[in-house]
Amino acid sequence: MHEIRFTVNGQAESKRVEATTTLLELLRDRLALTGTKEGCGIGECGACTVLMDGAPVTSCLVLAVEADGHAIETIEGEAVSGELSILQQAFIDAGATQCGFCTPGMIMSARGLLNRIPEPSTEEIVEAIAGNLCRCTGYEAIVEAVRIASQRMAGGGVQ
Amino acid sequence: MTRELKVVGKPVARAEAVDKVTGAAAYTHDLSLPGMLHTALVLSPHASARIVSIDTAAAEAIPGVRVVLTGDGLCYQLGLYMQDKCILARGVVRYQGEAVVAIAADTLDQARAACKLVQVEYEELPSVLDPRIAKEDTTHLVHPDLHTYDHMQGVFFPKAHSNIAHHQKIRKGDFDQAFASSEVQLTASFYNPPVQHVPMETHATIAQALPQQRAELWTSSQSPYTVRHLMSVCFGVPHANFRVHVPFVGGGFGGKAGLGLEPLAYVLSKAANGRPVKVVATREQEFNTLPSRQGLHSTIEIGAGRDGKITALKSTYIWDAGAYADYGVNIGRAAAYSGGGPYAIDNCWIDSYVVYTNKVFGTAYRGFGHLEVLWGIERAMDQMARKLGMDPAEFRRMNLLKEGDTTITGESFTSGHGKPQACLDAVAEAISWGIPSDPPLEPHKVRGKGLAMLHKAPAMPTYTSCAVVMKLDEDGGADILVSGVDYGQGTYTVLRQIAAEELSIAIEKVHITWECDTAFSPYDWQTVASRFAYMGGNAVIEAAADCLKQIRSMASQALDIAPEKLICEDGHVYPEGSPDRAISYAKLALGYTFENGNSIGGPVVGHGRFIAKGLTHLDPETGQGLPAQYWTYGAHAAEIEVDTQTGEIEVLNIVSALDAGKVLNPKLCIGQVVGGVVQGLGSALWEGFVFDDQGRFLNPAFVDYKIPTAKDIPHRTQQILLENPQPGGPYGARGVAEHPMISIPSAIGNALYDALGIEFTTLPLNYERILSRIRERADGS
Repeated sequence: MHEIRFTVNGQAESKRVEATTTLLELLRDRLALTGTKEGCGIGECGACTVLMDGAPVTSCLVLAVEADGHAIETIEGEAVSGELSILQQAFIDAGATQCGFCTPGMIMSARGLLNRIPEPSTEEIVEAIAGNLCRCTGYEAIVEAVRIASQRMAGGGVQ
Repeated sequence: MTRELKVVGKPVARAEAVDKVTGAAAYTHDLSLPGMLHTALVLSPHASARIVSIDTAAAEAIPGVRVVLTGDGLCYQLGLYMQDKCILARGVVRYQGEAVVAIAADTLDQARAACKLVQVEYEELPSVLDPRIAKEDTTHLVHPDLHTYDHMQGVFFPKAHSNIAHHQKIRKGDFDQAFASSEVQLTASFYNPPVQHVPMETHATIAQALPQQRAELWTSSQSPYTVRHLMSVCFGVPHANFRVHVPFVGGGFGGKAGLGLEPLAYVLSKAANGRPVKVVATREQEFNTLPSRQGLHSTIEIGAGRDGKITALKSTYIWDAGAYADYGVNIGRAAAYSGGGPYAIDNCWIDSYVVYTNKVFGTAYRGFGHLEVLWGIERAMDQMARKLGMDPAEFRRMNLLKEGDTTITGESFTSGHGKPQACLDAVAEAISWGIPSDPPLEPHKVRGKGLAMLHKAPAMPTYTSCAVVMKLDEDGGADILVSGVDYGQGTYTVLRQIAAEELSIAIEKVHITWECDTAFSPYDWQTVASRFAYMGGNAVIEAAADCLKQIRSMASQALDIAPEKLICEDGHVYPEGSPDRAISYAKLALGYTFENGNSIGGPVVGHGRFIAKGLTHLDPETGQGLPAQYWTYGAHAAEIEVDTQTGEIEVLNIVSALDAGKVLNPKLCIGQVVGGVVQGLGSALWEGFVFDDQGRFLNPAFVDYKIPTAKDIPHRTQQILLENPQPGGPYGARGVAEHPMISIPSAIGNALYDALGIEFTTLPLNYERILSRIRERADGS
């Protein structure tokens, strides 16, 4: 067992974990943050994407011990005090969610992109979400949602 | 008088989107119950083998292991249309990947560790892998006891002592005579491999067995009532003993229709003395253990006059059902009555065989049967057009169903069917049909255009029905209870729109209880076949009328005026011409109270229902009859660029036109079309199961089985939605959910011929297949 300290959505956490526990299991099974999904367990679908120190990672491939000392952000931290982020609102407005199972991972990948590049090109958006599989939407609306969010943020939105 | 629509037809955002973008939406994957056990499975490594012995002693000794089940004690036969399945393999295994042992333990790690210690001794048996061979084979039977299986009588016709689970015949006119005398003839064969639905949420079920043979289930299903019914029949207990909850579902596409993991989760929980048991398919099991889309071998013969009029069509469809055909038989049936394409064919002969093989089994997949048969038909139409020296669009126009024609099952084509030709014309115009593509920028690339028609009707029993309960809230809003499932299509949003329109209240005041629960939500057959908006919409209209009748009745007494002279508008009821006397729905929702305290009426609860009307079984020998509540027609046109050095296809544009009857919500409808087109691209370009010669499935993971990513979408897509109303449809609407996927491979295949001049008859059209044909041609010249 390993003692790890980390933050999740800004809150300090400390847990004892097995060496084999993944970050995904830690979030879903130990912290009840089930907004992060498991779609394949081998890092191929992106449903489990969260941010580690602001950059997207597939949490099924990250060991919980690797989160020690790092800041983790999940979909549950995206809305602040019940107020949807600009990115979340853009997903709704663009019709970018259908069954919704890929949506949390998709939003976290997009959040990671916008952290890095506030005004991304279409190619940069596509590249950023290329590792997130969606079987429902055909992606067009998702790309559009990220574009809308970027424009609204540039227009003076807070997030 | 036509009323201006306030909500129906508007681009209303889906109400549950907030739950989905915040992670609050809870799927079966996300649920847990106190004391819940987790399940792992031992799968068959062989395509066909006798189970000699199973030693579970070492597995049972693992700490935390609570239940180890084999098929031995589970003497049940299950299935929707054909009861041919077991809960776990019994005596024999029929495909590699079939579940043989299930272990429930305190943790998933314990269950998985225990599975590794199970010793199964197999005696390998000969397998039948090619359905064309299996169809003729009477020695190697996947189901030697087929003749004893229960199945839907009068609809499906399994052939005793064979591998044929169902043979659907269509016979119209005299094919032989018409073909023999036709001036131009074509014979062509095609193949579709099996593919997977790939819902992002794999199948998951939690079951909790209760005393007195009762149980609760939470399941990622498209079919709460069908699950309940089949469980009840299988286990011989009253229907109400099973309570089925369906929370948010992460995609289905047909793969979660019928029965899935529910019986297994239930028997595990029973064996665990009622501890709840969760069964979640791994992604590999989703491919290799749970059902897929059936493969199809097609042979198509077309005879036509030199003028381009088709005189005869014959198709032989051999479906690779895999090891079980409980749903597959219905695909073979539906694909037969649609199996000539949307064309007027006076002399038609179709044989559709659903054939058992030793492979992972098939089930419904979005537009079931139709993408597959239209891959053949719509490629053959292009080939025939070339033989005739005609433009493919013109050849189709000449043969498309028109008013006064009859379909191949004898149904009259009327103006109410919508306008297939208008769909064709719309995509042809949008893609600048007949005008060559702009030249590609690089010399080793070539471009081409192709188009294809599509059609489908809901494939369902003649008695398919659904019901809606509508309750008025204290604030004058309405709650709708249904048990069709919205697993992403957006139907609940559309039903809310219809309710808001009918009741004349704001859309924000209409709520649908998201979790289906058979204890509360009224009956719905299954959420399949693009039928829910049509049937559920009609039931909502009836339920709203029932609520308004109750509102009028109370208001009539309150206002002392005849009910028929009352107007219901904007959440209020008032006498015609006297809006100042209006009473709000809120004041009537629980009953009306006069100033002196006297009260009348009571809580407003309406109900509505709908049942398929006029459908008939098809004649077993000729296939004649009325199988379709309505048809939806459409067309796609594609423009592609092919890299002749790599075989890569770049999709430049896909234009889709569908006759939706009435677009109830353009935003959601366009979302469905774009999503379906890209899903169809998966079938066209990348997806297909690969088996070795032992029947082992070689690519059951995302590493080797690629579905479209954001990088793979067309440069451009266009959606054209026609509105020629459907008689009997809510606001004239017909279903459009499955259709966008159908015929995408056909349009791409036709464009590929246009680009390269090479005929491709096998899907998918991947780099390897294309490049090897380009090289073959280069070598041959």
